[in-house]
Amino acid sequence: MTALLELKGVSRSFGGIAAVNNVTASFQKGEIVGLIGPNGAGKTTLVNLVTGVHHIDAGEIVFDGKRINGLKSHRISRLGVARTFQVVQPFPEMTVADNVAAGALFAGGAGSVAAAREEAQQHLEFVGLGAMADTLASALTLPDRKRLELAKSLAIKPKLLMLDEVNAGLNLREIDDALKLIRAIADTGVTIVIIEHVIKVVVSLSDRLLVLHHGELIADGPPDDVVKDPQVVEAYLGARFAQRMRGGTA
Amino acid sequence: MRRVETIYGPLAVLALLIGFAFIADNYFLRLSTSLLMYVVLALSWNFIGGLAGYPSFATAAFFGLGAYCGAILQKAGVPMFVAWAAAGLLSGVFAMALGRAILHLKGHYFAIASLIVAEALREVVNTWTGLTGGGMGLNLPILRLDVTVQARFFFFSMLTIAAASFVLSAFVIRSKLGFGLSCIRQNEDAANILGVDATTYKISAFTLSAVLVGPAGAIYATWVNYIEPGDVFEILHSVKPIVMVILGGAGTLYGPIVGAFAFIVLEEVVWRNVLTFHSGLLGLLIVLLVLFMPQGLMRVTARRLLRRKTRP
Amino acid sequence: MLYLQILVNGLLLGGLYACIASGFSLVWGVLNVINILHGSFIVIGSYVGLLAHQQFGINPFLTVPVAGLILYGFGYALQRGVINRAVGQPVLVTLTLTFGLELLVNNTLILGFSADYKKVTLENPLGQIELGAIFIAVDRLLAMVLALVLTGILYWMLRGSRLGRAIVAVRMDREAASLMGVKVNTIYAVTFGLGALMAGAAGSMMSMIYPISPLTSTAYLGKAFVICVLGGLGSVPGAIIGGLVLGVIESFGSLFFSAELATTFSFVLLILLLIFRPTGLLGRRGYE
Repeated sequence: MTALLELKGVSRSFGGIAAVNNVTASFQKGEIVGLIGPNGAGKTTLVNLVTGVHHIDAGEIVFDGKRINGLKSHRISRLGVARTFQVVQPFPEMTVADNVAAGALFAGGAGSVAAAREEAQQHLEFVGLGAMADTLASALTLPDRKRLELAKSLAIKPKLLMLDEVNAGLNLREIDDALKLIRAIADTGVTIVIIEHVIKVVVSLSDRLLVLHHGELIADGPPDDVVKDPQVVEAYLGARFAQRMRGGTA
Repeated sequence: MRRVETIYGPLAVLALLIGFAFIADNYFLRLSTSLLMYVVLALSWNFIGGLAGYPSFATAAFFGLGAYCGAILQKAGVPMFVAWAAAGLLSGVFAMALGRAILHLKGHYFAIASLIVAEALREVVNTWTGLTGGGMGLNLPILRLDVTVQARFFFFSMLTIAAASFVLSAFVIRSKLGFGLSCIRQNEDAANILGVDATTYKISAFTLSAVLVGPAGAIYATWVNYIEPGDVFEILHSVKPIVMVILGGAGTLYGPIVGAFAFIVLEEVVWRNVLTFHSGLLGLLIVLLVLFMPQGLMRVTARRLLRRKTRP
Repeated sequence: MLYLQILVNGLLLGGLYACIASGFSLVWGVLNVINILHGSFIVIGSYVGLLAHQQFGINPFLTVPVAGLILYGFGYALQRGVINRAVGQPVLVTLTLTFGLELLVNNTLILGFSADYKKVTLENPLGQIELGAIFIAVDRLLAMVLALVLTGILYWMLRGSRLGRAIVAVRMDREAASLMGVKVNTIYAVTFGLGALMAGAAGSMMSMIYPISPLTSTAYLGKAFVICVLGGLGSVPGAIIGGLVLGVIESFGSLFFSAELATTFSFVLLILLLIFRPTGLLGRRGYE
């Protein structure tokens, strides 16, 4: 089965520091893949590279059989790659409905502004914002803004959805709701890559876990295995703790 | 139903203006022609400054370019209307090329770059004496028409361009392009990620901000019969439209028109009589406007107006 | 040898330019405001020097601190009272605001002093010194030295003093600085005042060298722009290097081109820089 997204030896440096270093990974259609790693590991940079925000220094990115490294962001979006931002990025002067209509109109294939607005309503219902269609985006609470971000991404009709710390700033109950929504999206056939800090969340959700550390991929496998991987433990908790753990468990 | 209601209003205004042209005296005709010219400049700037949110100070560059294009062609014997159209073509092509070069800049850098272009063009025109007459300016052939008929002629010419600007604005604001520019203005990164081809859209807006300014400049040249670099590349031709649009409400359809009207009336009533402090008072108006009314006169009703016209 | 003379002329000019640009760059970097009034500040400084000389016979070099202080006060008040309301708003707003203020101030200057070009002529001209085949006008040499010293003091203050550190902090992160107890509004006013001070001081120095008129304010502003883009925004060393570079470029330019064409040339240079390297020759190094 050919992978939906393939990263081959992808590297990118900023001012001499390798933010992403020789990362090779593949993502199958329908998977939910978690991407974790300590702060500064390069997770967001990786998403930026896939979505064309930055260009890569070396390697190749292939999406749905097509080489996408070097393409501009908007072209990549139209091919079916959506992403959310760590700090939500709405269009503050527009209504919630128009925010979503933008996605439908420009990358989702809607034929006109009116058609896009109609489509937007469906996506809003899906994420639970149906009643707030005419509210200004700037008036929303944080959890609702995150929902809006998801609705906008769905309007693109994505094959791949990359979520960048979608749970930041949410309390436990809000996180539960978010997870339910993400599962619902995955059930419609969308491949999901989720960057998360809360290990418990990402372990319960993902089919597979990738771990980045200093820009390098140090683990790639089922969540239960990865979490116990000594390299991963060391990356997160430091060498001494890792040693203690090795000494403690057989 | 909606389309009918939208067309009747502007058509009525148009009819009024045409009627006005036949009863007004030369002074009011001249003033109105000047007003219509600024309406064109303001509506044009609205595409790049109001909709796309990029602070362009290039309007004077397009205006001067159009003026000199029209003037040089006419002196070479090209028929007047052709010369005016050519001015539009030249301004548009110039804007496209310039946009490609500077639209990746943001904020202050873009503003300065666009401002410098006008200055650079002025210097080029100043120096290229063979083609442009340099600092001594250019004289245009005078139309052999009765004074009042001439005044009406230029009024209608400017009115045509102004009407074209209005129609163009109306189309763009409601179109996919307008929607996209609005997204770019509010959050360019988010727009990109949602599939908006920001580069192409910005260049389009920039070109639109020039395409009718060129002919306005050309008409102006024919109208006043004599142009020189410092006059047509004057930075105030960039700043006044901006102030008018801010006054009226940036990014709206009627804002630029309302703003231009209010500004010209103010200028005429207050300043024409105060020659020595003319620019000082203009400065004062700008300061007061920016400090106390940066949203403009239209903002309060704009949402209602636009919403009514664009939502089913 | 001619080239060496031109180079020296350019460097002498460059020192003054550095002083002009450093104040402008400081305001742009810290407040994110392009001060269109900067040129007029310089002109006001020149008038202070002129008046002191005409009324009291004082050498303009001695008026430099006075001009600086007067402009500091004016700048501080202007920022505190008017410009501060617009700081933080989009570029369009702040640019248009300072443009409007410039129209107001410049027109007032024309009303007060007339647009005629005036000049300070000292009764005992300072003459020239000869270094080999190079002639150096003493007044320009003194102006350059004084200008560089002043710029150096500014740089030292930004790096070494509490006030300077506060200014740099506000430039880097306004919110964080305010959380640390820095009174941001005061810093804004002080910074703007400092920018005006540098302009006024430079103006006083230049009253002996260049003709004085409100009409020259645009030219000074243009030079300040080019230098900022050349040297990198918000960097005093950048302003110095940019100033020297521009001085030398202009000096050589006037050899081959007429004055007008030289101006066009520097505009084209500016546009090219903006397109290809908006961070300038030195890049975005701040005051660290």
